[in-house]
Amino acid sequence: MEPLQILERVKNRFGDRVLETVDHKPDPFAVVDPGAIVEIGRFMNEDPELAMDCLSNQSGVDYKDRIEVVYHLFSYKHRHTAVLKVKLPRESPSVATLESIWKSANWMEREIFDLLGVNFVGHSDMRRILMPEDWIGHPLRKDFVEPAEYHGISTVRESPIIRLNTKAK
Amino acid sequence: MPLLNTLPDYVLTTKTDELLNWMRKSSVWYMLFGLACCAIELMHTGGPRADIDRFGASPRASARQSDLMIVAGTLTLKMALRTRLLYDQMPDPKYVISMGSCASCGGLFQLAYSVCDGVDKILPVDVYVPGCPPRPEALTEGLLKLQEKMMTERWLSRAPRNGNGNGKVAAA
Repeated sequence: MEPLQILERVKNRFGDRVLETVDHKPDPFAVVDPGAIVEIGRFMNEDPELAMDCLSNQSGVDYKDRIEVVYHLFSYKHRHTAVLKVKLPRESPSVATLESIWKSANWMEREIFDLLGVNFVGHSDMRRILMPEDWIGHPLRKDFVEPAEYHGISTVRESPIIRLNTKAK
Repeated sequence: MPLLNTLPDYVLTTKTDELLNWMRKSSVWYMLFGLACCAIELMHTGGPRADIDRFGASPRASARQSDLMIVAGTLTLKMALRTRLLYDQMPDPKYVISMGSCASCGGLFQLAYSVCDGVDKILPVDVYVPGCPPRPEALTEGLLKLQEKMMTERWLSRAPRNGNGNGKVAAA
């Protein structure tokens, strides 16, 4: 099935809870209601016509006025793909976990939590995955300010080339 | 009467410092400690072709049995604390080789939020081996340089330990 047809099928099933469908190149996507993401995910996973048995990628984006979580789905059975997005408020972003449908969501959600601070409700192990446990802040947020030091290790970059570039700005 | 050439063949004469240094440099046991892709070259250096075992350097699985730490790869801030802990666990005398661009200055990743740009921010480094990654020949050269350095040390007349727990003294 073509991506747009897949999104159309989801739209027919869930109506208003699929907020918009965008024919974007190369991957068309659907923006869905954050409260319905588990239901929609389960439907796409279990529907024999769609059979999305793989969450191949899950990522987060900081758009300065909102944070989006992007789901890339794939079906091994039908060899087709679809993309879902949810838009979350920048202050305390929070969405339900998809861990119960696709196990692979576990670590990807931990990464999004670590780098962007999205809280995945119901996640079995909501800890940082890349940064140290006692790290402050979420590094991929646009307004992230790097701490001056971490346990006495200065985070000032000492390369002379970088210092030259900073001065030029 | 000079002592030289009067002793029987099975008696060797040397200076204590030189004997200690020679024994020490002939068994530099390095810790198996790979952080990133440089570790692959580190494995090759220990493998049959470069074979630094012929200089007395063999890998040890524990920091407590090691003389040399080869920091092979990108040092993240998260790993930096653990690296310092491992270094503190090594018995004196201990040495550090910073292998590759990342360990020396952060390399390609020095601007990343998670990267510590240079292992010399947390440990005293004896030899820097440049390269991305350095070839096994380069690391072998680094080991030979370290052995040269070890041969210049004076253990009997060394100064008391300095603050960073590193008992080495500069060549006199």
